[in-house]
This record gives sequence, structure tokens and C-alpha cells, in this order.
Amino acid sequence: MLFLIIKRILLGLITLFIVSLITFVGTEILPGDACTTYLERQAFGEQLEACYRRLGLNVPAYERYISWAVNAIQGDFGYSLSGEMPIKEVLGPRIKNSLVLASAAIFIGIPIALILGIVTALWRDKLPDVAISTVTIFAMTIPEFISATLLILIIAIWLEWLPGIVIVPTDVSFFELLPNIILPVIAIAMIMTAHMARMVRSSVIQVMASEYVQMAILKGVPYWKMVFKHVLPNALLPAINVVALTIAWLLGGVVVTEVVFNYPGLGRLVIESISNRDLPTVQALAIILASIYVSINLLADLMTLMLNPRLKTLQIRK
Amino acid sequence: MKLDNIYQEEKKSNFAKVSEIIITMASRPSGFIGLSILIFHVILAFISPYIAPYDFKAINPTLMLQAPSAEYWFGTDDLGRDVFTRTILGGRTALTITFFGSLIALLWGGLLGIFCGLVGGKTDDIVMRIVDAFLSIPWILAMLLIVSLLGTSTEVLIPALGFFYGKGIVRVARAATHDVIAKDFIISARARGHSNISIIWHEIIPNVRDAILVEGAMRWSWMLLGFSSLSFLGFGVSPPTPDWGLMISNARGLMSFAYWSVIAPIVGLSSLIIGINLTADAFAKALGIDRSTKAPV
Repeated sequence: MLFLIIKRILLGLITLFIVSLITFVGTEILPGDACTTYLERQAFGEQLEACYRRLGLNVPAYERYISWAVNAIQGDFGYSLSGEMPIKEVLGPRIKNSLVLASAAIFIGIPIALILGIVTALWRDKLPDVAISTVTIFAMTIPEFISATLLILIIAIWLEWLPGIVIVPTDVSFFELLPNIILPVIAIAMIMTAHMARMVRSSVIQVMASEYVQMAILKGVPYWKMVFKHVLPNALLPAINVVALTIAWLLGGVVVTEVVFNYPGLGRLVIESISNRDLPTVQALAIILASIYVSINLLADLMTLMLNPRLKTLQIRK
Repeated sequence: MKLDNIYQEEKKSNFAKVSEIIITMASRPSGFIGLSILIFHVILAFISPYIAPYDFKAINPTLMLQAPSAEYWFGTDDLGRDVFTRTILGGRTALTITFFGSLIALLWGGLLGIFCGLVGGKTDDIVMRIVDAFLSIPWILAMLLIVSLLGTSTEVLIPALGFFYGKGIVRVARAATHDVIAKDFIISARARGHSNISIIWHEIIPNVRDAILVEGAMRWSWMLLGFSSLSFLGFGVSPPTPDWGLMISNARGLMSFAYWSVIAPIVGLSSLIIGINLTADAFAKALGIDRSTKAPV
């Protein structure tokens, strides 16, 4: 058990190491370095030299990688090019804002997804299932920017219930942020809920078709007792991993949603730093987003491991 | 004589198999709707240049933000361009780029996955770690970086999208290969002294083809979503090329008084993505592949 956990953590660390190599080599191989892409046409003579010196680009690549990696482990990602301030300070409030958004969406999304998933599975192919499933398929297939745009059009412009875009400074306090995040949270939660509800639905359907549930029905176990005692515990366990993957997948989608709502989170920072050709910030973002992805997956794996006695003795799933 | 017969039946059934799959797909209401939408969009993409009523890039300041009328069915946009013309033309670039992108994804993802599944051992471990690492970098960050450094031409977008959407297929192809690798016919092929390439071509591909194709079809809809997100963010097709993602992002700022110029591309893009999605779903069901528990990675 302990061995499995350690092995899983090690694998995660190896993945992160490869991610750091990929981002570093990637920005190295692609034409132009941080200075020439940032300075664009002014990239010559003294200015370029100064930029090289400032970023330490005049030493060989492997030395730079090592010093970058050593600093990054300690949470120091160097200086951003555009703002001329430490990336750590740029990231701090952005991470907080994105975290508020994501946790609100998860907090609302998971209970709704569970209820919808179970309802659609238990009333499979009946009216509630067909109605809810149609809506969830719509919600999960259309792009984030479309659902977000439609939300703004209908709720903010036509009904005038809520502000359409977020106009707050990056380091705003939590309570000032709250009314502004309702629409973005709905936009994100909608897609996430739809995905998770589909997963829960198929998971419950699979368990309902299993032999021990058939047996319980034959034995005459009351329907709801059977559902709560036999079906749900077994159906929700595999859903944990899928929920984790869905959350991790949303990291990409959040970028677009944040841009639509002008929300000062990590996602918009991605766009801003790429538009400004600020490669040091991009590298830092890549490693941070990858760490979030890896740790969410790790957490989900460990949770399944803890909750499932059968897995304790088995080799962990690759 | 008998063998001949068997072979002939095989040959005849190839076309029949495809049409049988399509009929099975269309026999479900969702599959029928999906197929119809997809076919509609493909036909539209081919004929739209000939039926477009106006020039898609003709700017006319006197016709700015006209409401829908008999003359301009979907109204005009902020530069006085006909929204109907731009909407029916808006899917062509996206469809072409994502179609070829999915083909590339299918090819390299499928082949690498099969190879890893077959070879196993150290090679497999190393490749899968690298694939895992790529999976954990958000696709949008990587795509934006590539596009911003290399430009947004088709020659950059197709391979880049193909690469980033293929890494998920590697896992699927590898898992499907693992399912068949222990079967008797592979072992006997090995005993007959077949090479790895021959085994892949004659034994494995026919058995994992369905799973990979279904995955590829699904990737197509995700890639379309990703591509239009790029366009929406201003990192995809460059203006004045009509493209739904770009149209939505341009019209968004003015939608409080000209909602028609944002609604038309929204309907176009959503219907195409839903169409491909439903088709891919029906395709999976017709081939008997269950992907209901797969996460969207």
C-alpha cells in the first residue's frame, strides 16, 4: 500500500520533470529566444545584449535549465519580461482568483452532477433521462466561448440581471469579487456538470446491470435500499477518477472562459503572456498548470486506492 | 474451391459492411440527426462559394449593423458585410483544417500506440511517460505558444493540431493492442516467424482499427472546438477570412444592439460540433465500442 503510494508520487514527479524539459526545450527549439521575441524589431545591439544579460541567456542552455529548475522548485520563476516584476508576484493573485472560480464551480457542480447522473441512470430512456441527457449533451459539446457568450447575451444584456464582464483589479478582495463571478462560475460549472453527469450516469447503469444487483432484485431487496446500499457505493468509486480528469481538462477551457468574462485569473494570464511574448512567464505557467493536473490525478488515484479495499492488494493501474 | 468462396464473400462484404454501419448509425434518432447535420455541413462547405449572395470581404460603411431583412437574411456586421454570406462560408477553413488534423492525429497516435503496446518493456515505459507529460500540459497553452511563434498558416495549424490531439489516441491504441496481444492468432503469427511490422499490419490493425477510428472521430469534434477557440482568441484564422470563431469574437462586443451577427455563427459552429459528436457517438455504438466512461482528455 505504502509502496504503491510512493510509486505513484514518484511517477508524478517524473512526469513533471519531463514537462519541465519539454517546456524548456520547446521554447529553445522554436525560432527566436525570449529576448528576440520580446523586443521584436528592436532586437539588436545594446538592448539585446542587456536583455540577454538580464535573463542570463548568455550561458549555455543546460546550465540555464539547471538554475531555472533549481529556482523553480523553490517557487522562484525569475522575472516576467513585460511587467518587470517577479513572476511569483504576478502569479499569486491570479492563482487565488482562479482558485475561487474553480472551487465555486466544483462546489456547485459536483452535487448537481451526482443528482442528474443518478436520476438519468435510474430512469434510463424514460422522459427525465431523455430531457436531461439532451441538455447535458448540448452543454458539453458546444465550445466554452459560445455558452459564455450566450449567457452574457441572455442574462446580462437581455435580462440585465448580472454584470456581463468582470471589471475588477487583479488583487481584489474576496467579497468584492463575489457578485462578479456568478456568470463565469455558471459557465464553467455548466460544462463540468454535464461531463460529470454523463460519467455518473454510465457508471450507475453499468452497476445496475451487474450480477449482484440482479441478485439483490431477485432476493426482493427494496428498490431504494438496493440503490443506496449496493449500487451507489460501487458506481461512484470509478467516477472519482473521471471527475478528476474532467477538472483537469477544464484547465484548458477555463482560459477561454476567463477571456470571455475578462476575469483576472491564470487563464487570462496565459493569453496575456503569450500575446506579450513573455516566455519566462509562459514557462512558469506551463509547469504550474501541469503540476495542478498531475496532483489532481494523483489525489484521485490515492482516493480510489483508499476507498477501494480490493485495490489495496492489487498492482496499481497504469 | 471452398477457400475461394470465403475470400469472395469477404471482398463483397467490404462495401456492404460500411453501408451496414451507416444504416445502423442512422437507425437511432440521435445518429440520424448527427449524420444529417454533418452531411449538410459538408455539402454546404463544398457549394457555399457558388451560392453565397455577396462578397464575404466587401466592406460597406453605409450598411453597418443592419438588422436581418429580405435583402440581408442574417443582417450585416460592423463593417457592413453580409452575415449570411460569411456564416455559410465560415465553416470551410475549420472543417478542412480539423479534418486533415484528425487524420494526422489518427495516423501517428494510432501507430505509436500499437507499436508501444506490441513492443512493451522499456521503450513503452519511456514513450508513455513522455505522452503523459504532454497530456498534463494544457493543450491551449501549447497551441497558443506554437501559433504565436510560428504563425497561423495552415501548414502550421494542421500538424500542430494533429500532434496535440494525437497523444490521447496513443493511449487508446495501446490499450486496444494490449487487449489483442495475448490472443492465440498473434502467438501463432509469431510462431510462424512473422516480423513485427507484418504482425502489426495483418493481425493487430484489423482488430484495433474500430477503436482507433471511433477515437479519431471523437477527436475531430474536440479539435474543431479547440480550433475555433483559437480563432476566437485571435490565434487561428486571420481576418478577413470568414470563420465562425473569429466572427463570434468580433461580433461579441456589439451584441447588445446587433445580436444577429453573433447568433448566426454560434448556430453554425454549435450545430457542426454537435453533429460530429452525435455521429461519432453513433459510430461507436454501431461498432459496439463503449466509450461512455472515457474522460475528455
